[in-house]
Amino acid sequence: MLTFARASMAALLMIALAGSSAFAADPPPLKIGMITTLSTAGGYLGEDMRDGFILAMDEEHGKLGGVPIQLQVEDDGLKPASGKQIADKFRIQDKIDVFTGIIYSNVALAVVPGLVESGAFYVSPNSGPSQLAGSKCNKNFFVVSWQNDTPHEATGHYAQYLGIKKMVVVAPNYTTGKDAINGFKRTYHGQIAEEIYTALDQTDYSAELARIRAANADGIFYFLPGGLGINFLKQFTQAGLKKTMKVVLPEFSLESHVVSAVGNDAEELYGTAHWLADLPFPANKKFVADYTRKYHRDPTPYASQGYDTAKLLASALRAVNGDVTKADAFRAALRKADFKSTRGAFKFGPNQYPIQDWYSMKVVRDPKTQKLTIRGVGKILRDTGDVYSSQCKM
Amino acid sequence: MNLALEQVLNGLQFGVMIFLLAAGLTLVFGIMGVINLAHGSIYMLGAYVAAATASKGAPFVVAVAAGAAAAALAGLVVELVVIRRLYLRDHLDQVLATFALILIANDGVSIAWGKTPLNMTMPPALAGAVSLGGLTYPAYRLVLIAAGIAVAVGLYVLIARSRLGMLIRAGATHRETVAALGVDITRLNTIVFTLGALLAGVAGALLAPILAVQVGMGEQILILTFVAIVVGGLGSIRGAFIGALLVGLVDTLGRAYIPVLLKPVARPEIADSLGGGLSAIAIYVLMAVVLVWKPRGLFPAGTR
Repeated sequence: MLTFARASMAALLMIALAGSSAFAADPPPLKIGMITTLSTAGGYLGEDMRDGFILAMDEEHGKLGGVPIQLQVEDDGLKPASGKQIADKFRIQDKIDVFTGIIYSNVALAVVPGLVESGAFYVSPNSGPSQLAGSKCNKNFFVVSWQNDTPHEATGHYAQYLGIKKMVVVAPNYTTGKDAINGFKRTYHGQIAEEIYTALDQTDYSAELARIRAANADGIFYFLPGGLGINFLKQFTQAGLKKTMKVVLPEFSLESHVVSAVGNDAEELYGTAHWLADLPFPANKKFVADYTRKYHRDPTPYASQGYDTAKLLASALRAVNGDVTKADAFRAALRKADFKSTRGAFKFGPNQYPIQDWYSMKVVRDPKTQKLTIRGVGKILRDTGDVYSSQCKM
Repeated sequence: MNLALEQVLNGLQFGVMIFLLAAGLTLVFGIMGVINLAHGSIYMLGAYVAAATASKGAPFVVAVAAGAAAAALAGLVVELVVIRRLYLRDHLDQVLATFALILIANDGVSIAWGKTPLNMTMPPALAGAVSLGGLTYPAYRLVLIAAGIAVAVGLYVLIARSRLGMLIRAGATHRETVAALGVDITRLNTIVFTLGALLAGVAGALLAPILAVQVGMGEQILILTFVAIVVGGLGSIRGAFIGALLVGLVDTLGRAYIPVLLKPVARPEIADSLGGGLSAIAIYVLMAVVLVWKPRGLFPAGTR
């Protein structure tokens, strides 16, 4: 009796399996591997990027460029080693050819070179490290966001434009922090009164604030992403320093999450960005409206980058009809950047990093809702690429 | 001169906040013999509940009380459900279990409140800076110093003068004897753990207006807290107090003065980043020096 039960179970299972394969007349969906940071204090950056990407897929009901997509998302926990492990699993076990998602450059540097050398494509929604922008550029590596230095160069321009004579610059004491300060100094030609490096796990900035007060500068630039910047800004305002110093920030230190997390302390902040919620392009208006409706929160630059990455992939997938094994054709289609970016004009430079415009922005109080919001002020840089692209030979 | 005074005040304020965390951690370790990595998570919970309560329009004091109460409640539940089973296990099991609690807490708060950091507005009366004879200092930080010292004094009275405190001290050094004398050591443990959680919650709630209330904020401060109790000597409140103040002062003054002192001897770009690096390790140098000199810390439990 028991044997019979088993046998019939097995038979049912076989029928079920056969049935499912019989229905699979459509080709299997194209897998895209998304390795990103969803946990730790930086988790909300990856979350926004992922949600922006998914929003673009929603518009086509789960497809990109007419090609059904199976998006595989895994959290790297901001650890280069886990990022590498996930990439190996995606590449070897799941046979994925198209990758995206990484937020932090330390993870990207551990993951990207191996992937692109194995013939896979990597389209970066955020990290744009200098190491892969110059002589080590790769034909299968595309960056949709920016080269890491450019946001800081734009901010340096703006500080210069605002007529600030003497600046204090602050960044965490690691590679990306030093790159940020070098980028800022490349375009800001006033006096640097004090250069302060902080620890990456620091929460209290009172000692630095006393040094800043003693420096008697009339402006400050800091690259303190996410929570670091929130802590810093709150303490900076409480120390009464905002009355005497203009705060000029790169977009990482001034986006909608930061504004909501510091409350009124966000008043009178200046900054630069490659994307703003109030840019008047139709693609952007649609993105901002759909994103806010679906997720009930304001979009950030990270969200727009995820969305743009998906749109770029869609344009190239449509060109090759979803067949990414036609690597040359797929690459050529990506390079064309034939999509409507939320930030307006967009094209790739010789190193496949973006050439785009940069905007100045300011936090103002919305006259209707009384809410503090980021508003674009003007264009600070036009069609700007990066300083490393001339060293790239493809 | 003013600058030096300001930096000392900064160090003091940072130190008393570390003390609020260190007190609970050192009691739990000293008396119960449990390494509790989840202490930082309880601190995080205090901050989240305080910020969430304040955003509903509750007055500041109510928000802080809510944060502290939530932390104490969480401490009670964690002790009853998890920690109680770990007393007789070795430290590795405790580390594993309480590390799991960190992961659960981090994901728990991001499910409950989302991944975006929360904001807690401080009471307008305390938001500005006050002038102390030529020195401008944030009013709220003075309140933090006062609150921290008040808690320290209260705790001292509790530990040194009350019956409960006597049992706690006895439990830290002569656990079996206390049990043999008929004291319900299990209940004592629960009380100590809840008290520690309450203090962590107070620290979280008080710091919420000046910090980003976010996932992972507990781990950032936990390391400093461990350094403070190792420097001060495990299991002793007095040790935790001195250790925390030392860590707060050394960390703050290191960040304030090491880069400045390096300026005359090194090129500016090297001085700045080397100074940043050296000041980041200053507290660990402090810990190493103390441990070479006094391997059990400055005031280990059982000394007067």
